[in-house]
Amino acid sequence: METEPNKLKDVRKAGFFSLIPGLGQFYNKQPFKGVLFLAIFILFAIQMIVAGIPAINDFITLGSVPRVDHSLFLLIKGSLQIILIAIFLAFYLLNIYDARRVAAIWNLKGTANTSTKAILKNAWDAGFPYLLTIPAYVAMTFVIIFPVLVTLFTAFTNYDFYHIPPFRLIDWVGIKNFLNIFSLSSYRATFTSVLSWTIIWTLCATTGQIVLGILTACVVNQPFIKGKKLFRIIFLLPWAVPAFITIMSFSNIFNDSIGAINAQVIPLLNHLLFTDIPAISWKTDPFWTKVALIMIQTWLGFPYIYVMVTGVLQSIPGDLYEAAIIDGANFWQKFRRITLPMILFATAPVLITQYTFNFNNFSIIYLFNNGGPGSVGAGAGSSDILISWIYKLTTGTSPQYAMAAAITLMISFIVIAVSMIAFKKTNAFGNEEMM
Amino acid sequence: MKALMKNQKFTRFWNRFFTYAFLILLSVIILYPLLITASSAFRESNIVSFQLDFHSHWTLDNFRQLFTQTLYPEWYKNTLIIAVATMVLQVVIVTLAGYTYSRYRFKGRKYSLVFFLIIQMVPTMAALTAFYVLANILDALDTYWFLTLLYVGGGIPMNTWLMKGYFDTVPRDLDESARIDGAGHLRVFWQIVLPLVKPMLAVQALWAFMGPFGDYLLAKFLLRTPEHLTVAVGLQQFISNPTQQKVTLFAAGAILAALPICILFFFLQKNFVSGLTSGGTKG
Repeated sequence: METEPNKLKDVRKAGFFSLIPGLGQFYNKQPFKGVLFLAIFILFAIQMIVAGIPAINDFITLGSVPRVDHSLFLLIKGSLQIILIAIFLAFYLLNIYDARRVAAIWNLKGTANTSTKAILKNAWDAGFPYLLTIPAYVAMTFVIIFPVLVTLFTAFTNYDFYHIPPFRLIDWVGIKNFLNIFSLSSYRATFTSVLSWTIIWTLCATTGQIVLGILTACVVNQPFIKGKKLFRIIFLLPWAVPAFITIMSFSNIFNDSIGAINAQVIPLLNHLLFTDIPAISWKTDPFWTKVALIMIQTWLGFPYIYVMVTGVLQSIPGDLYEAAIIDGANFWQKFRRITLPMILFATAPVLITQYTFNFNNFSIIYLFNNGGPGSVGAGAGSSDILISWIYKLTTGTSPQYAMAAAITLMISFIVIAVSMIAFKKTNAFGNEEMM
Repeated sequence: MKALMKNQKFTRFWNRFFTYAFLILLSVIILYPLLITASSAFRESNIVSFQLDFHSHWTLDNFRQLFTQTLYPEWYKNTLIIAVATMVLQVVIVTLAGYTYSRYRFKGRKYSLVFFLIIQMVPTMAALTAFYVLANILDALDTYWFLTLLYVGGGIPMNTWLMKGYFDTVPRDLDESARIDGAGHLRVFWQIVLPLVKPMLAVQALWAFMGPFGDYLLAKFLLRTPEHLTVAVGLQQFISNPTQQKVTLFAAGAILAALPICILFFFLQKNFVSGLTSGGTKG
């Protein structure tokens, strides 16, 4: 029986040495790692002194001399530096963790890998998953995380058409933009109006495409139908044709005076049904523009749901239905009690992403009627949703970048919060643990 | 008994009637706008709106004009370059990441998976100003590589999630037994698992390829010179100007852009069902 643990290395000492990266590794007799970590540390320190500290300084002041200091570039460089520091901090913690872990291995096994070859082999095995995901993370850092960080910072500045660098400086203004959305009456009115239409749009358009998708899948799935293949091809067309083409075509088709709907379809319907529907002002009446948008999105989006639900339907075991028929269930009961729950259970996560997609569905709003007709103030048209309003705020003749950034942050927050609750409720992560 | 059978026959008849009525009506609603757009490509250039017209004179002038008097061939070439580059890069990155999340258990795995899901909800718009300034700093305005990177990066989170779901459907026993036989990390990935996910690779490639063809926003925002535009931005010019609309040119260009994508789409659509139901859902 051993009373004294075999203490070859002191774990705390190893961690302490690693406060300067590399030293802990030398202490653990891993010179290769030590040199590597120390080199990274020195490189970072040099970068920090030469470029990093000035960059952070400029980031805090956002420049002091107009025409010399370009506030926007300073903001961007500061953001890049912050990402770099974050990456280094992660490395730093990892370095301390590594020193402590290897010291513990020394104590446990009485030895540890000290040769470069063994260390590399070990790193290849343990680091393989990280190695494979590095490209994804690098790309996402530059394309998603960095820009979102910049937007986050912009929301707390006064960057607008009065403050266009390099002629004017941008300044930090705290949460003024967020307050303005609610306190400035013009913004508040526009924000409320645009937000309520965005919510109606998201609910109606997405529910429309889901209902039509499920309905079509159930109808086509009936065994007696002839020409299934042909119908399938037709129903997939709205998905296969690039959306911008169909939206631009619909924009022409729904034209008030010359469009096919008013000039051809409605007269034909009147002729067939002996009704007397007048031409509808699709592009000039906000109400009808909204109706048209919802119809078009239903048309565009249902094939995706249809394909997915068809897959689910084909995987529902037939004996479920047989048992239901023996119990005397009718068509509606079978659908309500078996089919629908199965579909919703299997597809809930995708259905949620459909809602978030439409919440941010810029192209249909912009390309169909440019957010019009008319205006609801602060640059927004009557069919603008939040995302297209933001686009107009940033690209219009008098851009309001900071305001746009503040609104962007708010809607991103709403979307993420709502979808996280929905994901939790539908238990989309449920199976994750057991896998 | 006879009455019951008659009743059954009766409901069966109406069920079929309504089923086919629904299918035909839906087909008409889908085909009508597509057909009137497509047919306009073959009509004389004096029309201003897409309509069904059986008496019109058919012509190929629009296509001729498209290739001789507009920059359409340039736009097409640009879009192809961007689409192919996006496809290659995105498929490689997403496959590697999806495989890792499906097969390896490592620190931070679960949190980063949730992070992927959250990050894909942030609208592209959130980054627009930053993209613009970044492009300015890197002198990348009006270049393809920058646009390609944006497409690739934007597609990673959602598609990694889908790809991981598909990898999960490949039984782990397969790679574990290969491991026992002495196969290394790369070998298991390359020779055992990858061949089994080919259907999903095809779907991923198609979607990544379709992205640049369908995107209007980023291309419009970052490309400046007329010769450098993509098909979407270029074609929009034909139809956006109310005083001199060239809708027949738009239609001709639209057909040429949509046709190859549609063909690829229907060629691969069998794979969608398995890809979507296993990747997009739980299980």
